[in-house]
Amino acid sequence: MSLDRRTTLKWVLAASAAWPLIRSGAARANPAPAPAGVDPNGYGSDPDLSKNYRPGEPWPLTLTAEQRRLSGIVSDLIIPADDRSPSASAMGVVDFIDEWVSAPYPDFQRDRGIVLGGFEWLDEEAQRRFGKAFTSLDATGQHAICDDICDESRAARALQEPARFFARYRDLTAGGFYSSPVGRKDLGYIGNVPLASFDGAPPALLEKLGLAWSRHRRG
Amino acid sequence: MPFVTADSQQSQYDVIVVGSGAGGGQSAYTLCMDGAKVLMLEAGRNYSPTESSMFRTPDLAPLAGVGTPDKPSGFFDATVDGGWNVPGEPYVRETEEDAGRFEWWRARMLGGRTNHWGRISLRNGPYDFKPRRRDGLGFDWPIDYADVAPYYDKVELLVGVYGTNEGLENTPNSSPGCLLPPPKPIVSDYLVRERGKRLGIPAIPGHRAVLTRALDYKRSPARLHPGNAKAQKILAEDMRSRTPCLWATPCGYGCAVRANYQSTTVHLPPALKTGNLDITTDAMVYEVTLGKDGRADGVNFIDRTTGKQRHASARVVILAASACETVRILLNSRSPQFPGGLANSSGKLGRYLMDTVGSTVGGQIPLLESLPPLNEDAAGGHQLYVPWWLYQEQLAGKLGFARGYHIEFGGGKRMPGYGTAAGIEWLTGGSYGATFKQDVRRYYGSFVWFDGRGEMIPNEQSYCEIDSKVKDKWGIPVLRFHWQWSEHERKQAAHMQRTFTDLIEAMGGKTRKPAETDGAKAIEPGGSIIHEVGGAIMGADPRSSVVNSWGQTWDVPNLFVADGAVFASNADKNPTLTIMALAWRASDHILERMKRKEL
Repeated sequence: MSLDRRTTLKWVLAASAAWPLIRSGAARANPAPAPAGVDPNGYGSDPDLSKNYRPGEPWPLTLTAEQRRLSGIVSDLIIPADDRSPSASAMGVVDFIDEWVSAPYPDFQRDRGIVLGGFEWLDEEAQRRFGKAFTSLDATGQHAICDDICDESRAARALQEPARFFARYRDLTAGGFYSSPVGRKDLGYIGNVPLASFDGAPPALLEKLGLAWSRHRRG
Repeated sequence: MPFVTADSQQSQYDVIVVGSGAGGGQSAYTLCMDGAKVLMLEAGRNYSPTESSMFRTPDLAPLAGVGTPDKPSGFFDATVDGGWNVPGEPYVRETEEDAGRFEWWRARMLGGRTNHWGRISLRNGPYDFKPRRRDGLGFDWPIDYADVAPYYDKVELLVGVYGTNEGLENTPNSSPGCLLPPPKPIVSDYLVRERGKRLGIPAIPGHRAVLTRALDYKRSPARLHPGNAKAQKILAEDMRSRTPCLWATPCGYGCAVRANYQSTTVHLPPALKTGNLDITTDAMVYEVTLGKDGRADGVNFIDRTTGKQRHASARVVILAASACETVRILLNSRSPQFPGGLANSSGKLGRYLMDTVGSTVGGQIPLLESLPPLNEDAAGGHQLYVPWWLYQEQLAGKLGFARGYHIEFGGGKRMPGYGTAAGIEWLTGGSYGATFKQDVRRYYGSFVWFDGRGEMIPNEQSYCEIDSKVKDKWGIPVLRFHWQWSEHERKQAAHMQRTFTDLIEAMGGKTRKPAETDGAKAIEPGGSIIHEVGGAIMGADPRSSVVNSWGQTWDVPNLFVADGAVFASNADKNPTLTIMALAWRASDHILERMKRKEL
């Protein structure tokens, strides 16, 4: 029993910092009690798989209006609209992140701490540098702050924690965005449709990549 | 006679089968097709593959469908009431340290873990049944490849397995007509195969239990059930009703069109059609009961719908509850005659638990960046794999570890999801904004991963026993696990890391971290690969094994084990196909003995 049960998660592994999250011991241990304000019940071990779940249905959303506003602004700094697809917030990423940080499971509660801590830091930093809230900054000010924390490996030692927040927040934003129909279209995903036959790699593409498909006995 | 409650069971059956997964499903199928009256008891709820989430997309699930403690393999995974934790059914670990930790995956549903498994179906080879003869370690089985080969053929014909015969060392060929054609490789497969060749690493078509075309319903039934017209007719009808693969949706969601093997798609429908099978779900067996003659006369179970203790009777009892659960039932079947548990006169019950050695490396391949849109769903993965290729070097003592591994690998433009763009700063330098969007498009589909799946040698430190204090919610004493890897497994895991990193570099790619050279860090915790076997191993000597070559317990002649518990070694080959082959073989034996009135 190896491939499929892991496939959906595994293919991410090559790149992903999310992997330890998903496979961590914490994910396997019995859930710790959820903090106040968070619904202690998950969706259970036998949920209805045929239902379409909207954020707020499995458990209540918990971000404040001000937090959601900030969430949308940061998400759109990460995934703005371009000629191929809309921005993260236009696609509904704020609801996704709110659902994520409101989930009762331990790893998600850990993320809640990271995200809310990051939000606070952004505001404090904006006040310190520009004398106003992050949401009130113009794009130049917002980028000035994000540029300092967008890469953990280059961030100043004092900014390591905000950089970890930004990395996590980028993962969450991208996670919500690319798992949506909008994201699938953006990436040109054309699978998940029934086919009468499966043709495998197109010969012309293999040739272009120098993979000399015709030499192979099978395939 | 199909699904019955504890109240509507018959008073007596020919055979009780405990468990409905690969071993239980195969046992019930073989017995019922030949006329035996069987009661199957499943601890979990009834389940139909039509419940499958086929074609469902992550945006329809909470949290984009990622794993949680409730659904550890993802929201749409077919597993019901299971995973690393089963509600109300704890187990105890001797330690939480990685090196000695054992993880126990269970499912509580009809068909058990076959609803969720990877469908990888590899045969054990001749070496795998006689490992001790080859290198002096572990145990030999009391049977060899030739004993099991006809049953591998039968199982492949019945369930439908794709693959090819390559004639490689200890990687057996199937008989003609047994295998279905393999799916065509995707772009990254070609690259692995070509660059692997440069390193002497052979990538060949994989073997998985997925119908890449319709089964041969005209010929296979007669081949499987000679002289049994009724069985042939039922099987032919059932084979015709299975749809070949739709080339979409992960098999782990379950397959509503029955294109892949799950006990619920292959074994149970025809077995039920014989009229010889009763199934009671929500029946948690906790004890085998003995008659005055010292033979098993049935089992006690908890009816989970009422919480009441019930009894069912039969001439023969087959345990196929999954390796550790079977051991638990036997250890909990204590009596003055058997104070250490039933079938434990050897003291070996629960001993020699084994899992598969697992280690993984992923990488990013520039050649695969920015490819045009491609449908690479294939049959769900494993178009190609690498069988162990260093038998001779290993035998010559050049590797420093005694047993081999195979490589499962993949890549491609799989359905975007939560992790598609996660954690890629090591490639993007932390981009955000318009550049990030371009980066995600560029890197999507350019990642590959390699999973090593290796043989663990049984040892004295890896075992389970009954915990003296903890009980589950039904009051049944639970298992306590002890675990230890040996240097053979740790070195093997480090070898995997080196090999996979070399492969990725040979593909022109890079990894985020250098290869892990410390095997203890490279190896995944025991149980993680969900190939746990052993605990009631088969052998030629009643003093050192729990069952004989038929899975018959040495101590109780009408009590059999038909799951992974009987494995005397755990080859790198994924165990499910062997579990089915051994279960079929054991049931043929039981039928013969019942006909001779010996059982």
